[in-house]
Amino acid sequence: MRRILVLFAHPVLERSRVNRRLLSAVRDISGVTVHDLYDVYPTFYIDVGREQRLLLEHDVIVFQHPFYWYSTPAILKEWQDLVLEHGWAYGKGGTQLRGKITLNAITTGGPEAAYHRSGYNRFTIRELLAPWDQTAHLCGMRFLAPFAVHSALRVACDDDVAQARVAYRQLIEALRDDRLDLERAATAENLATALPSLLPREVA
Amino acid sequence: MTDSVLAQAFIYLFAATVFVPIAKQLGLGAVLGYLLAGVAIGPFALGLVGTEGNHVMHFAEFGVVMMLFLVGLELRPALLWQLRRPILGLGGLQVAATAAALAGIAIALGVALRPAIAIGLTFAMSSTAIVLSTLTERGLLKSRGGQSSFAVLLFQDISVIPILAVFPLLGASAATVTDVTSEAGRPAWLSAVIVVGAVAGVIALGRFVVRPLFQFLARAKLRESFTTAALAIVVGIALLMVQVGLSPALGTFLAGVVLADSEYRHELESDIEPFKGLLLGLFFISVGAQIDFALIASQPLRIAGLVVGTMVVKLVVLHALGRIFGLDRSASWLLALALAQVGEFAFVLLSLAVQRQIFSDELAGMLVATVAISMVLTPPAFILLERVILPHVTEPAAERPQDEIVDTGTPVVIAGYGRFGQMVGRVLRANRIPVTILDLDPEMIDVLGRLGIKAYYGDASRVELLHAAGCERAKLFVLAVDTAAVATRIAENVRQHFPHLTILARCVDRPHYFELRKLGVRKVFRETFGSAYETAIEALKHLGYRAHTAHRLARRWRDHEESIIEELGDLWRNDRAGYFERTKGALDEAERLMRDEDPTVYIDRDAGWDNESLRADNRVDAAAADASDVS
Repeated sequence: MRRILVLFAHPVLERSRVNRRLLSAVRDISGVTVHDLYDVYPTFYIDVGREQRLLLEHDVIVFQHPFYWYSTPAILKEWQDLVLEHGWAYGKGGTQLRGKITLNAITTGGPEAAYHRSGYNRFTIRELLAPWDQTAHLCGMRFLAPFAVHSALRVACDDDVAQARVAYRQLIEALRDDRLDLERAATAENLATALPSLLPREVA
Repeated sequence: MTDSVLAQAFIYLFAATVFVPIAKQLGLGAVLGYLLAGVAIGPFALGLVGTEGNHVMHFAEFGVVMMLFLVGLELRPALLWQLRRPILGLGGLQVAATAAALAGIAIALGVALRPAIAIGLTFAMSSTAIVLSTLTERGLLKSRGGQSSFAVLLFQDISVIPILAVFPLLGASAATVTDVTSEAGRPAWLSAVIVVGAVAGVIALGRFVVRPLFQFLARAKLRESFTTAALAIVVGIALLMVQVGLSPALGTFLAGVVLADSEYRHELESDIEPFKGLLLGLFFISVGAQIDFALIASQPLRIAGLVVGTMVVKLVVLHALGRIFGLDRSASWLLALALAQVGEFAFVLLSLAVQRQIFSDELAGMLVATVAISMVLTPPAFILLERVILPHVTEPAAERPQDEIVDTGTPVVIAGYGRFGQMVGRVLRANRIPVTILDLDPEMIDVLGRLGIKAYYGDASRVELLHAAGCERAKLFVLAVDTAAVATRIAENVRQHFPHLTILARCVDRPHYFELRKLGVRKVFRETFGSAYETAIEALKHLGYRAHTAHRLARRWRDHEESIIEELGDLWRNDRAGYFERTKGALDEAERLMRDEDPTVYIDRDAGWDNESLRADNRVDAAAADASDVS
């Protein structure tokens, strides 16, 4: 059984519609630790030792956040800069994260169609996540495709969110129980849509 | 009219209501206010109260009993044990030496041996009621001089028991051994057993009865019964003590000490406190009313001589003993002036002396007047002490020379190294920034010295000291003293003599803030602002706000508060009405701001995180959504 760490970052969760509900869908799963960065570090003073211990205690690191400006909310950048130390996460002797699995669970305002060469966002989500892909690579982690919920501003209807919640929960449970096809999950475009094909047949 | 109890009560209460605030306004203290009220309504001024003042006084003496109970509550047994040396040594010697000296003088003035001893013992006592209330009122009880005064008073209260036993032996009437036994005709040894038993009983009562009783009352939610129970305990103990011939004040004091460790201490305190205040006030009024001005007027010089002579003798003995027992000059002066009067117990002893025919009515009358006048003189004595003597003897040069400061060119000078200055200093020192520390509390300097921190003793409001501390070369002056007036004086001096220095200052309140800012202090910090601010954030968090949101809300409020207070400074100086109007307006503004910042309510600030406009756009045309991709 893999232990899963959800590193959650949303500066105004009070106003969130999708992220809040996604988070509550996985919060109670056994083996999952939810770590709400804005709540723990309201002044951005990050306890590096504590964060590194948390990373060591888990096998899968999920960064859950809204996709602000094609990236993460500010605190995750701060977290990255401070926690992923040279000699610990990468570089000489930096092997602490080696072999762990990581992915981004994100919500975007724009529709899926916008994230194409021909769309108004011009790049795909995977392209835009290149810094995270490379970070994972440098740290020797397995980087999976993102779990992306698009058009988050319009999935106001409960059905859409409910669907996303079910999928997110399935993904986390499959990761925990090692039922996810990691080879194909690494190359997929979006785990939210590709999930059924990545799970064992008898379950799917 | 004065016959009715209600009318009597009204006269006393009204007189106190008028005179006490006046006396306090004039800086004379509440005790003197009560005494003046007594004089005013007494037989020699308005004549509103007459001979019944005597009865009132006996009743009001119970205030002293209550006060000692409360004092006992403040004194844990361990602390009492710590005080054993001053109680037995200082107290014992004070009573013995003062009694001997006064008796000697009395004999020299032609009084016979026995009455002279009676006078000496009587006048050796000081007034627990006046001294403790005055020390408490002036915040001096915890000082060294205050603690020593308390120790001496405690010994005097204890010594009243043997003095009462000795008095009958001094009588002119047949002084037989039977007089030593109590009224019931018990032999002395039985009395001793009863006394020990009663004391043990009080301790056992405190330990094993009071706590379960209060627990029961608390569980039964009989809140109003707490007061009656507390009063019953105090009155009951006093009664028991009188029965066995002990001082009721001593008994209740003991009960207080026993209960000092209990969880009901504060409950008892708050229940008894108002009764104590009322009765003590009544007591002081009766003292004022009892002064026989006719007698004083008939022999003014003689009585003045008695008063001055008595007080000077007591003062000299106390001051000498204070110095012998290692008190510094200011503490010795406090001790001596505080206890120079004759105590209320003299009234009891003098009436007993008359009963036993130790001396004549006329002499007793004069002695009573002397006692009362010496009591009235105590508050002025404190004023003399604070305004004239203390500034003189605490002159640092006299007591402890200003430390020689080695100017090592430190960039920071911190004036005042108490709770506030220490925080600043510790952070700076932890970052290897050398600081020069100035403080006026020798004890603090010794404590710091033991921790390996060099602090300099000296008065930072003196320009020479500022020079010595290296203010010419320093960059920053942290003004962290806790007294507003002193802080202002230091700020003035620093601004005038070292204009290049940046001052960061602690302030007490808003007016002080405005004052310091006007002097050119760079930044002023209200001393409790930081912790209150943190508390507010914590409160929001406990009410369900996310930590990050709580911090932002509080921060927004603080920015507003800081911008407003600068603006208010001018109004405070020039337009008081405008100041209050603006303050009120600022409150409304802050409320509006908070509503705006609250993420549960829509606003357009922090629009980067907000998606209402995006949402609206999306409703019109999904493709028009811009780059700020948000959920």
